[in-house]
Amino acid sequence: MLMSLRHKMPEQTPDERRKNFKEVTLGYTADIAKAEADRCLQCKTAPCRQGCPVEVNIPAFIKHLREDRPDQAVAEIKQKNNLPAVCGRVCPQEHQCEKLCVLAKKGQPVAIGRLERFAADYGLSCDCEPREVGAEPLGKVAIIGAGPAGLTAAGDLACLGYDVTVFEALHEPGGVLMYGIPEFRLPKSIVRKEIDGLKQLGVTIEVNAIAGKTFTIDELFEEEGFEAVFIGTGAGLPHFMDIPGENLNGVYSANEFLTRVNLMKAYQFPQSGTPVHIGKNVAVVGAGNVAMDSARTALRLGAENVYIVYRRSEAEIPARAEELEHAKEEGVQFHLLTAPVRIMGSEKGWVSGLECIRMELGEPDKSGRRRPIPVEGSEYTLDVDAVVMAIGQGPNPLVQHTTPGLEVNKNGNIIANEAGFTSKEGVFAGGDIVTGAATVILAMGAGKKAAVAIHQFLQEKHAVKE
Amino acid sequence: MYVIEKTEELSQGVKSFIVKAPRIAKKCQPGQFIILRTDEDGERIPLTIADFNRETGTITLIFQEVGCSTRQLGRLQAGQAILDVAGPLGNASHIDKFGTVVCIGGGIGVAPVYPIARAYREAGNKVVSIIGARNESLLILEKEMAAVSDILHVTTDDGSKGHKGMVIDPLKSMIAAGEKIDLVIAIGPVVMMRGVAEVTRPYGIKTIVSLNPIMVDGTGMCGGCRVSVGNTNKFACVDGPEFDAHQVDFTGLMARQRMYLEHEKEERKCGGECSCH
Ligand SMILES: Cc1cc2nc3c(=O)[nH]c(=O)nc-3n(C[C@H](O)[C@H](O)[C@H](O)COP(=O)(O)OP(=O)(O)OC[C@H]3O[C@@H](n4cnc5c(N)ncnc54)[C@H](O)[C@@H]3O)c2cc1C
Ligand SMILES: Cc1cc2nc3c(=O)[nH]c(=O)nc-3n(C[C@H](O)[C@H](O)[C@H](O)COP(=O)(O)OP(=O)(O)OC[C@H]3O[C@@H](n4cnc5c(N)ncnc54)[C@H](O)[C@@H]3O)c2cc1C
Ligand code: SF4
Ligand code: SF4
Ligand code: FES
Ligand SMILES: [Mg+2]
Repeated sequence: MLMSLRHKMPEQTPDERRKNFKEVTLGYTADIAKAEADRCLQCKTAPCRQGCPVEVNIPAFIKHLREDRPDQAVAEIKQKNNLPAVCGRVCPQEHQCEKLCVLAKKGQPVAIGRLERFAADYGLSCDCEPREVGAEPLGKVAIIGAGPAGLTAAGDLACLGYDVTVFEALHEPGGVLMYGIPEFRLPKSIVRKEIDGLKQLGVTIEVNAIAGKTFTIDELFEEEGFEAVFIGTGAGLPHFMDIPGENLNGVYSANEFLTRVNLMKAYQFPQSGTPVHIGKNVAVVGAGNVAMDSARTALRLGAENVYIVYRRSEAEIPARAEELEHAKEEGVQFHLLTAPVRIMGSEKGWVSGLECIRMELGEPDKSGRRRPIPVEGSEYTLDVDAVVMAIGQGPNPLVQHTTPGLEVNKNGNIIANEAGFTSKEGVFAGGDIVTGAATVILAMGAGKKAAVAIHQFLQEKHAVKE
Repeated sequence: MYVIEKTEELSQGVKSFIVKAPRIAKKCQPGQFIILRTDEDGERIPLTIADFNRETGTITLIFQEVGCSTRQLGRLQAGQAILDVAGPLGNASHIDKFGTVVCIGGGIGVAPVYPIARAYREAGNKVVSIIGARNESLLILEKEMAAVSDILHVTTDDGSKGHKGMVIDPLKSMIAAGEKIDLVIAIGPVVMMRGVAEVTRPYGIKTIVSLNPIMVDGTGMCGGCRVSVGNTNKFACVDGPEFDAHQVDFTGLMARQRMYLEHEKEERKCGGECSCH
């Protein structure tokens, strides 16, 4: 058999897109989608499904696309995945569904993510009906955090018939989908559409509501009549490197840099009130999705040179393959096997350079990746005036510190089992706050499981009462 | 939406708003702050909760119109609403019975000092307050401070009211006179807070300052508010805003506060009205 190649997705040219914040990839046309769907062998065993954390029935939805039924394709996907328009765009497919596709062995796997996105963009969303006006809800559930985990749990519980309120600390729901992942990769209109869908299901979303500050979890139970609480507060605490110069002006955490630009629209300053410092030469430390997003955002803001500084080699880069590819095409420059040593500053307290040291790969470490070791005497200086630290995030402790009886692990993540039960009765948790920074689809999967567990828990509780 | 129930101009460019925010009013403690956004394009700006009323579900904000966001806020009238108000943020002041507590407020810093001074007084402390401003017309909350203090000193830079000089002068006199001081709390411009820290440091008098670095979320998510305290980085919004003055890197804080000076100038070019957002 010939090498089977997947269909390319139309996209803006690199020259064009590095000047705007519009979505880079344009999505399949109906014809391309059909042709790509035709590549699927409709395998009985569907190995691709095992690669999907929520086991979307991939051959089934692709079959609908082949036969021109995008509406049913979406309905099929939504059985397992509430946010197909999002996941089709941001899942690391090459490590998940597409990795296990049988065609991957013979050439290139079916472009499952692109087809999922096509279905979501073109098919009508076939969600469940809102609870009838006046119908008695099954119970009252609070969701803390409006990221993918919380929104998924909220949607599923509303469909089951619960009265659901989502409490979100920021002024906009969406979590990382809103404040972290940039517009050019995930248009905010898509996220807003999903959130509007939830509101139509009767979900109440209360913004500016910070659990642990505005109210505590115990108060939700004792004073507001909630019977169960799901915590999906994410991994929002930025890590710094603890190297000299990190407090200089011009040093950002990726969270701050991306929040200023995405959530606060700093790229429209002064029409929008929030400023952002755009360096001429910008170093981004790290090479995950967060780092790629920061680097490509800096380019679009007008930086002349943007460097990715990463201590391992290209093989270990954790970002999605597509993002890495796009970053390269757009002209992001890679300093691999390189670690920052200190940030140099001007007299006035601004970044003036980044001293780096070259690394070589030694023996594999606990994660199985080869450990980078500094090469003595290889220090050199990158001429930069802005540095973005994208080296990971930890759990924000606000909720954990104010919720007695809620157990956390040594990293401060909430301990929850597969189903979402925590050590505290009636309190469930899932997503990045439990697993540490992971992926959208895993957070959604956790939200789905927790909705099931909450339903079961409340049904049992009510049965006992009766 | 958070409705403004009452507005008042305390002195030139300093306004006081009473805002309906029941969840916050129910929960807040002296020393805490909120973050607000006036409208869709607005910046998230932190303001201290200068007072609160749990019965009416309202909080009081006192702010100085220094730039575009505060000026835009200042244009709002009673009956209009602020789009977003999040809080209460930061840790509450550690109120306890210490003995003699000196509460120092400089300029707009008198606003956050007021509820703290009141709480120390209610906790049974002897409260000596020192409030200062550049001149008499900029002095705020004098009556209120007098009502919650055992002794109130007033200073102005030009001598138009009270003692001519700085807020540290009465503090120095107290120390020189051998008065026993158990705690000093100082809120105001960073230069003032640093000045107070230098006065009390040689005597080992416990001194607390409330820091005001540039913030975005106010929940520990961005790290923009980081300040070096005792040589480790703290996020002022969640670890503070109050810190031990003798441990704070004031020079670093001042540099970071100036981060957007050029942007702020550019923003103000759109005229006093600043209606661009
Ligand atoms: C820049 C960036 C790019 C990424 N790119 C990808 C990608 O391409 N593909 C992918 O799969 N994953 C990606 N990820 C990871 C992915 O976004 C996360 O794993 C996912 O969003 C986790 O979802 P969550 O619901 O657990 O938490 P979050 O999305 O972090 O949402 C948590 C929400 O809770 C709110 N909150 C926090 N504390 C409180 C509180 N005390 N009270 C009330 N609300 C609170 C927060 O404000 C936030 O809205 C990326 C992450 C970042 C930062
Ligand atoms: C915890 C805390 C409590 C505060 N309480 C009060 C208060 O009760 N009353 C009051 O008048 N002011 C208070 N401030 C200061 C107030 O937030 C700033 O004056 C305001 O943000 C300025 O915004 P602007 O757009 O009007 O001015 P700009 O022209 O944008 O800025 C003027 C100066 O204000 C500071 N500033 C700018 N943006 C921010 C920001 N996002 N966060 C913090 N500081 C900023 C900078 O140092 C800047 O140079 C407080 C600050 C903090 C951190
Ligand atoms: S949800 Fe993600 S992993 Fe699952 S099929 Fe869709 S793109 Fe693949
Ligand atoms: S493994 Fe590949 S070819 Fe087989 S059903 Fe799944 S997507 Fe289609
Ligand atoms: S303001 Fe963002 S962490 Fe403090
Ligand atoms: Mg401003």
